[in-house]
Amino acid sequence: MTFHKVIAAAVAVLLFATAALGAPDMLIRGAKVHTAATPGTLENTDVLVRDGKIAAVGAGLVPAAGTIIVEGRNRPLTPGFYTGLANLGAIEIWGVEDTVQAGIGFGAPAWDQQWRPEFDVTRAFNPRSLLIPVTRIEGLTWTVLAPESSDSIMSGQGAALTLDGRFDATLADSRTLFVNWNGASAQSGGSGAGLYMLFEQAIREARSKNASGRQLMQPAGREALAMYLRGGRVVFNVDRAADIRQLVMFAQRNGMRPVISGGAEAWLVADELARARVPVILNPLTNLPEGFNQLGARFDNATLLHRAGVRIAFSSGEVHNARKIRQLAGNAVAHGLPWEAALQAVTSSPAEIFGMGATRGSISVGQAADLVLWNADPLEVTSVAEQVWIEGRAIEMRSRQSELLDRYLKRSP
Amino acid sequence: MKWMLCLAAAVAGQAALSVGFAADPYPSTYQAMPSSPVLIRGATVLTGFGTRIDNGDVLIAQGRIEAVGRDLPAPANARVIDARGRWVTPGIIDVHSHLGVAASPSVKANNDSNEITNPSTPDVWAEHSIWPQDPGFQSALAGGVTTLQILPGSTNLIGGRSVVLKNVPALSTQAMKFPGAPYGVKMACGENPKAHYGGKGQSPMSRMGSVAGYRQAFLSAQEYRRQWQKYERELAQYRKKKTADSMPPQPPPRDLKNDTLMGVLDGEIRVHIHCYRADEMVTMLDLADEFGFKVAAFHHGVEAYKIADRLARRGVCGALWADWWGFKMEALDGIVENIALVDRPADSCAIVHSDSAEGIQRLNQEAAKAMSRGVRAGLAIPPERAIRWLTFNAAKALGLEDRIGTLEPGKMGDVVIWNRDPFSVYALADLVFIDGAVAFDRNGPHQPRSDFMLGQPFDGVAP
Repeated sequence: MTFHKVIAAAVAVLLFATAALGAPDMLIRGAKVHTAATPGTLENTDVLVRDGKIAAVGAGLVPAAGTIIVEGRNRPLTPGFYTGLANLGAIEIWGVEDTVQAGIGFGAPAWDQQWRPEFDVTRAFNPRSLLIPVTRIEGLTWTVLAPESSDSIMSGQGAALTLDGRFDATLADSRTLFVNWNGASAQSGGSGAGLYMLFEQAIREARSKNASGRQLMQPAGREALAMYLRGGRVVFNVDRAADIRQLVMFAQRNGMRPVISGGAEAWLVADELARARVPVILNPLTNLPEGFNQLGARFDNATLLHRAGVRIAFSSGEVHNARKIRQLAGNAVAHGLPWEAALQAVTSSPAEIFGMGATRGSISVGQAADLVLWNADPLEVTSVAEQVWIEGRAIEMRSRQSELLDRYLKRSP
Repeated sequence: MKWMLCLAAAVAGQAALSVGFAADPYPSTYQAMPSSPVLIRGATVLTGFGTRIDNGDVLIAQGRIEAVGRDLPAPANARVIDARGRWVTPGIIDVHSHLGVAASPSVKANNDSNEITNPSTPDVWAEHSIWPQDPGFQSALAGGVTTLQILPGSTNLIGGRSVVLKNVPALSTQAMKFPGAPYGVKMACGENPKAHYGGKGQSPMSRMGSVAGYRQAFLSAQEYRRQWQKYERELAQYRKKKTADSMPPQPPPRDLKNDTLMGVLDGEIRVHIHCYRADEMVTMLDLADEFGFKVAAFHHGVEAYKIADRLARRGVCGALWADWWGFKMEALDGIVENIALVDRPADSCAIVHSDSAEGIQRLNQEAAKAMSRGVRAGLAIPPERAIRWLTFNAAKALGLEDRIGTLEPGKMGDVVIWNRDPFSVYALADLVFIDGAVAFDRNGPHQPRSDFMLGQPFDGVAP
């Protein structure tokens, strides 16, 4: 019996047991446990899962009767990876308009109530999206669903969601406001400086008790923004060093907790970001001057930020190919980032950034048992996930793509 | 006109038609960079023709591969490189790139990849759009890419001619042009042309409109070819029995669109077709039969795995991504095993391509993904086989397999030394040779930089 079949049998037992009796304990015995937390990597270590949570991490754990045993054989066990900032669950096919639900655009002119911070993209989330099984069998267990807007830089709200297929998938405390500062001067009267002018106008509106006359926002929008002006998390998509620096000061002055995404030139202001405790969500493969806001793009952006003490997470912006996030992390290592830091940048670090550090992102007692058992180094492109668990439940390791493979593999050439 | 014909005939050599409009009025001025003999010692050598030599040596001299084997003696004047623990492969070849024609920064002013004024533009040539200062060329070089085919975009049914370049820093495209490389023509199936033109109420609005478009274009080229053939015959007759009062025949009017398509019909210009769906690829093979041309490669082909046997039988390459899928309806059935399945039949020609300024920097990693997924599916794909997807097979699609793509004596000295097994996310190219000269050195001064990068916040290639 191959390892795969053992797992498959264990999965079958587990699924049956879950349905019939409530989830039994599971012990993953003797894995190479990459905790993505302070203990780092623990060789030949056991992880006990109870009620969907990690109940114990250690050597020689003794299972109670009825515990499902999964032999780790010192294969790597990691927390479930996140997808990066993506539109997963809100898009099926980019080229098919009806399936694209990731953002709004009313075609409103700049002066006419076009800012919609009340827009909440998570309501469009479809947990039965074809993309989700494709993504999670590659070891990705949660996503950050980020909205988009074609009318303004105010994209709206998003949140972190689990990819286990449940309908109510939003993860607690992860609600976030997204602002797309990049390349938006067309939405600000032609100058990036206009963005500050409009944002200041929106802030005044949100703080004003009796707004009247022409407004950027509807009453619901004013309420939503006001919430974020009281210490809410706001992700600013921005690349140029000067903009990053100015936006951080602007956001903090106005009561927001800024997170930078993009950040191609963040390394130029790394020390300031570290001092201001502002995390950066970046793509370590961005090394070309793709635009005039990214002239300083370089491969070791992540390494330089990490050295300066900035919390980093990775994101490719990919939806269908969100699984590429492992490749991002591996390449960051190739360009100088310590391996543990790269793992954290796709697990515990984004969980911290999105307010879920206590419940997700690492292999520590009390955390949700979002786990992945790999056949080899999880950051290596040749490795694959052998088995994925979300909140202790084994995910069926199938997708529409594996079905296509099965069908055409059988046809002899 | 006559001297042009003579020149064209001379250049085209034994071409079927001596008018030879496929001949090149913008000829290559490429000069190999100066080099001295190099002996790479003790590496794991992937030859590109399917073999692997552990603890192997590669000798490059006079710009060419001189010898490959074990314990090669070092010529007196050779630079000897200790490559123990490192891997050596032929230079990487990307058959699908838009570097230079859709350059970084990707501002409107730099977008010269699609002549979206008519669905059939075989008259435009990618080389006339290329900006040699695109910083993407150097980033690709750092990823081991020594040869690349630059294609027009895929908005048009027939998008124009491609050009094959050597990846060297240059002030003109001509100075990068691969000497003597055949031209290619880019065609496109599926959603792109019909989305653009159909959206404007023009043809093609449907896939049947697209096929009608190709057929009309090739019908016109057939007629053009007949006229030139007739003229050729009359000219030959006139020359044979020239009399004092006889008039020479008048050549038919030149037409740039038909020039290119006649080159296709004559087998001088290679056909590269952007096509995703299996059924559309089959239709394009029928189109090729209808007009008597050969398809060199289908590009993107996310469903190529469904017709892998047919592609192999027809000798058509599949130039593919490792894992892109789903962004369009026609890309819905993409699987990561695509390349491995296309590689499976005998006489297959699977290629990993990039179509991306980012992806071209890591084609080795893309191949690694495809290889490992193939192995996982039960196919036997050792690294010495998978490397062909980036080297020999790519050379074959370009009609250059006699010059590049393998480490065999006499071939161009395009070689990469990797710091480790290139089928790894951690692998980096240490040294890249083009025609025997060091083109890139991760740890040395040979890190060419585009003029555009000078004075920028970060102007290095590799940290």
